Amino acid sequence: MENQGPLWEVFIQSKPGQPYKHAGSVHAYDKEMAVENARDVYTRRNEGISLWVVPADQIVAVSSSESSSFFEPADDKVYRHPTFYDLPEGVKQM
Amino acid sequence: MEAKVKYYLEIADNAFMLSHRLSECSSKGPFLEEDLAGTNVALDLIGLAEAVYNEAANLNKQGETGDDIAYRRDEHEYRNCLLTEQPNTDFAFIMTRQFFMDVYHYYLFTELSSSSDKFLKAIAAKSLKEVTYHLRRSSEWMIRFGGGTDVSSEKAQKAINSLWKYTGELFEPSAEDLLLRETNVSADLEKVKSLWDQKISEIFYLADLKKPENEYKMLGGKKGVHSEHMGYMLADIQYLNNRYPDAKW
Repeated sequence: MENQGPLWEVFIQSKPGQPYKHAGSVHAYDKEMAVENARDVYTRRNEGISLWVVPADQIVAVSSSESSSFFEPADDKVYRHPTFYDLPEGVKQM
Repeated sequence: MEAKVKYYLEIADNAFMLSHRLSECSSKGPFLEEDLAGTNVALDLIGLAEAVYNEAANLNKQGETGDDIAYRRDEHEYRNCLLTEQPNTDFAFIMTRQFFMDVYHYYLFTELSSSSDKFLKAIAAKSLKEVTYHLRRSSEWMIRFGGGTDVSSEKAQKAINSLWKYTGELFEPSAEDLLLRETNVSADLEKVKSLWDQKISEIFYLADLKKPENEYKMLGGKKGVHSEHMGYMLADIQYLNNRYPDAKW
């Protein structure tokens, strides 16, 4: 089939309160079918309790030529990690 | 065979045959997403059929298993509706057949979830979740066929016109069905029919598709009088069991 519709990126939340994680992508002609296709392709084995689909062409990404100016300045700033603090016992996700 | 077992077989055989037709499309979907979606539905239906066959075997107390019932009957002993055995042609046809069955299953299981029979009540409640999704999916497809291109709308209307004569049978109660109605075991098919009609009208309205006016009904499946396609289908389904009886793996 030549025209499978535009590409959608799929994000799955595995448990309440957890962040949505990128799972992959699907083709679909519109948003209702995109979310159905995402359910059928990516949540068949209990992977999630919630889904997002996002039109792939709406995602703004950093191009590879920009990556050094974007990310390398953080390389030598370990003090930005919260590892210098004692976490309260109740905190599970950090 | 007691009435309840026969009634169970109507439910299980519908699910089994429809599942088989869908499984014939496995790996042949128009694109990956649809291929997986279709086989998911097939898996849900075979799961439903298996549970009901196993319970029928328990009730029957003839020492047979659910598999024996599923794979070791002759054509005239299968009680599925003619609609479920109609062979796959094009995608619009497959989806229209599915849509008619999904609407039927949705309201049948809604009714059966208040059955006086504990097993039916439980399996209906469980299946309803699956069927709700199946119906959502096939409804969305019908709407897209109708509102898509001239070709998609024409193909969907053609499928509706050719399958319409098989839909009446869904609501013709068998003798066993009527008997079990007295004790509130089976579902009231008249009620299921009026809800089915409403839902079909609603989706056809959204899809700009037409209900055929011809109300002629093809009957026979529930009594074991099947269309010419059934024998070929059973030859496939029963091949392994016939060639290697009692095979284990």
